Amino acid sequence: VVAVCNISSQNRTRMGLNTGHGSSIKEVPIVTFKWHHVETPYLIALWILVAGLAKMVIEANHHVTNVIPESALLICFGFILGGMVWGADKVQTFTLTPTVFFFYLLPQIILDAGYFMPNKLFFGNMGAILIYAIIGTCWNAASLGLSLWGCHKGGAMGDLDIGLLQYLLFGSLMAAVDPVAVIAVFEQVHVNEVLFILVFGESLLNDGVTVVLFNVFDAFVSLGGSQIDAVEIIKGIISFFVVAFGGSLLGFVFGLLVSLLTRCTKNIQIIEPGFIFVLGYLAYLTAEMLSLSAILSIVFCGVCCQKYINANMDEKSVSTVRYTMKVLANGSETMIFVFLGISAIDKTIWVWNTGFILLTLLFIMVYRFIGVFFLTWILNRYRLVPIGFIDQVIMSYGGLRGAVAYGLAVMLDENKIKEKNLMISTTLIVVYFTVIFQGITMKPLVTWLKVKRAAVTELTLIEKVQNKVFDHVLVAIEDISGQIGHNYMRDKWNYFEEKWMSWALMKPSVRKSRDHVFSVFHQLNLKDAMSYVAEGERRGSLEFIRNESAFIDFKKKFGDEFSEAMPDIMANMSDDHGAASDRRRDPVPSVSLEMHEQTMKGMRETEDINTHHLLQQHLYKGRKQHRHRYSRSHFDVNKDENEVQEIFQRTMRSRLESFKSAKMGVAPPKTISKYSKKDQQQKMPNGKSLDRSKSYYSGDEDFEFSEGDSASGYDASGSTFPMRVTYRAGAGIENPAFMPDMDPMTPIQIPPWLMEAELDSGMVAPSQRAQVRLPWTPSNLRRLAPFRASAQSNDSFMLADAPATQQRDDEELPPPPSPPPPPSNRDGGYM
Amino acid sequence: MGASQTRSEHKYQDLMDKTGFSVEQIKNLHKRFEQLSGNEETISRENLENIPALANNPIRRQIIGAFFDKRNQHQNEVGSFEEIGFEQFLMVMSHFRPPTLKTTEEERETMRKEKLRFLFNMHDTDNDGTITLEEYRKAVEELLSKSGAIGQEGAKAIADAAMLEVASTNVPHMAPDDFYEGITFEHFEQILKGLEMESRMHIRFLDVDTTTMRCGRSTS
Repeated sequence: VVAVCNISSQNRTRMGLNTGHGSSIKEVPIVTFKWHHVETPYLIALWILVAGLAKMVIEANHHVTNVIPESALLICFGFILGGMVWGADKVQTFTLTPTVFFFYLLPQIILDAGYFMPNKLFFGNMGAILIYAIIGTCWNAASLGLSLWGCHKGGAMGDLDIGLLQYLLFGSLMAAVDPVAVIAVFEQVHVNEVLFILVFGESLLNDGVTVVLFNVFDAFVSLGGSQIDAVEIIKGIISFFVVAFGGSLLGFVFGLLVSLLTRCTKNIQIIEPGFIFVLGYLAYLTAEMLSLSAILSIVFCGVCCQKYINANMDEKSVSTVRYTMKVLANGSETMIFVFLGISAIDKTIWVWNTGFILLTLLFIMVYRFIGVFFLTWILNRYRLVPIGFIDQVIMSYGGLRGAVAYGLAVMLDENKIKEKNLMISTTLIVVYFTVIFQGITMKPLVTWLKVKRAAVTELTLIEKVQNKVFDHVLVAIEDISGQIGHNYMRDKWNYFEEKWMSWALMKPSVRKSRDHVFSVFHQLNLKDAMSYVAEGERRGSLEFIRNESAFIDFKKKFGDEFSEAMPDIMANMSDDHGAASDRRRDPVPSVSLEMHEQTMKGMRETEDINTHHLLQQHLYKGRKQHRHRYSRSHFDVNKDENEVQEIFQRTMRSRLESFKSAKMGVAPPKTISKYSKKDQQQKMPNGKSLDRSKSYYSGDEDFEFSEGDSASGYDASGSTFPMRVTYRAGAGIENPAFMPDMDPMTPIQIPPWLMEAELDSGMVAPSQRAQVRLPWTPSNLRRLAPFRASAQSNDSFMLADAPATQQRDDEELPPPPSPPPPPSNRDGGYM
Repeated sequence: MGASQTRSEHKYQDLMDKTGFSVEQIKNLHKRFEQLSGNEETISRENLENIPALANNPIRRQIIGAFFDKRNQHQNEVGSFEEIGFEQFLMVMSHFRPPTLKTTEEERETMRKEKLRFLFNMHDTDNDGTITLEEYRKAVEELLSKSGAIGQEGAKAIADAAMLEVASTNVPHMAPDDFYEGITFEHFEQILKGLEMESRMHIRFLDVDTTTMRCGRSTS
């Protein structure tokens, strides 16, 4: 993939083969050194490694990258490497060649840009982007070419063999703002999204214009000035439309193709991410083959397919695609900048002409400013939200040139253009100037001008909801006021898209369940789940599993959770629940608050994933029939239904036990069975009723009430769980495994868990599971950590009558109204 | 022609001052108003509900409700109208005026506040100054009502989660016996800070007359 293919291929290829079957083998060689056999791929791999290491070194120190953008540093690193190569070889063996750049480095960057394109923003500002990309680029090309020519005529740069057409050709290759450079610099600056999309979108779309201009002027130069007439010019203009729109259309078609394909890759999940890359690349190559704009093609391929493939593919595949996309794009970007640096260290290309170079620099800056300001002035008369002055400055200043210009410059034909080397060196100077100098100054400028920055935080759920409300409101107001505006069009498009495109391109199963709000909700849930697992692992999962207080919480939470969805489970659980809520009033102060807090923090999520995960990892290693097998198409271990079921049942049982035993903690351990049994039977009704009222309350008035109890562990003041933990510890029950506590209720309680288990058997595939469970994944599992506020509702309720009930509790309900634990056969006692 | 021009301008002058629309915009909107009301003086809920383009809008009810809400008339009144005249219609519409380059920072701030207030009022159905969980749930439910069964179930969970989010971001140090009744306007403002309301909540009110080309569609 590296820029070395060409040189190496010139070199002695196949040399390695000679060693293999040379005729003069005297003896059997044991080891031979076959460098030339592997030279090309070896060098490629080495360069990739070097570039990667370079990035690593650069990123190691954030103080530097805060000031100087990474791209600039990479170029400088390239200078050093190039110097080393030059010092060793006395010739620059490694340069960025157009073939390598355009075929192997650029596509993935652009595909990445297209795939991650914020579609709404992009299409919302499409008009402005197109104006900048088309008119702006033409303006840049023409003004630069003509001005340079004028200066040449005026004698500003001495004796050069460059005609008007060649100046225009040079102008056209210099005109385009480079997407790679723009992304690299703007990514680190975090300007507001509109500004970003304007610059970024322009840099992507102006490629079509550049390619056309370049080809047209290249043809003109070949034809020579006398051959050009109106017909040729008109042809050139037509070719612009064909190239640009043809490229976009081709990309669109490929995007649809990818989407359709991912509809039916269910059975070959393991390679489905590959399709996206291959088809994206094919879109690029096909466009190149048809001499359409390859960049536009691959951009639109990415833009079109993103929604459908994300919905169609399995979640794992989606993250694979995302990740691979980033790996490739980031890697290519690094390589490009490094090689841009290396390419400079080459005596043969450097031709210095102060006038030409400085004037080029000056003109591209000045004309960029003029172009942007003029176009914005026109646009602002029509735009709903005008582009402010400061944004215009940043846009103009963000006109970075990059590797695309360099690649085009190298592609110039030396026979036709005598001063090719001057153009290349000028291009390099311009690239270095814009990427390094403008890149470095961009951040201070943005700060100094107080450009509106992008909000760094992610959208919260409520913002997402509000956004949606927003869209609908705007559409409705347009409808009512009878205007056909932007929102109206978008709404119509959405409707069409929803009805036809999704129907055609999306799996029926996912069509229903996708919604932006849901997806955020889902993502937040996933994140919580992950942090929960991490927390558990950090604290040592075995201990985590055994932590009985956790189980109570689990249980209770679960109870709450299911009381929302399945009231019947709630009924079964109610006594446990009562126990827990009753326990909460234990007035013993806490010692182990911190520990408990951590547990609670971890607790917020769909615990089944986690327990499951933990169990698989730690608890059942010895017992499960781990089938170590190699499979190319499956990488999940142990997906055996029965086994999963079994594990799950055991988990649930052990959890119940520990829960029970934790409850026992109130009473002295030795007398526990009798004491609690007696008490139990007495107090059961009471406990139940208490619980009833509570759950009624929570269900009816305010959902947060049910949160309150699980979150209450947080408040030091109103905290209840921690106290319980200590209390129990004081009672001397450390290890529930020694508690003879298989209680008769267990069978009754298991069914719900089994029901749960059935749902959960599918949880190995997260997406399915997510689909099944999302709707009623209750909010109380989400984000409990920061919810002090949520604790209030229940706590206020609890605390309000706490003083009153405290004594009563102590007198009347000392032990939990849980079923008595007869010391009977307890199976699964392997905590 | 000239005479009628000045007359209508005179008629619209105070509307212009009140709402900030230009004469052309007001004229356009008036045409639309007459079209919706069937040349009556006032417009009723049914008139708005019959707009075919609105049929697919999940929060249609809330939006139409906002038109008849006295709170959106800047007159410190509460309650709702049965029917609204053109002036009220315009007042509601004026919430969606885009800012121009000339708007000053303070004007922007007021616009932002007004827009937010409009949204807030839409959710705060009982006008007690807070969006309670109950109200918010209903709003989310309606919003997702087009998403089928999953919407029904999910809406509640989402509303709850969102509410908790609000609670946690706004009242991080709530005393345990405090009670988070709901989102107040201040909190609402706080949460939606990132949304750049002033530059997004607007639509284009054309100066040119488009109602004629819409006629067929809206009456069909």
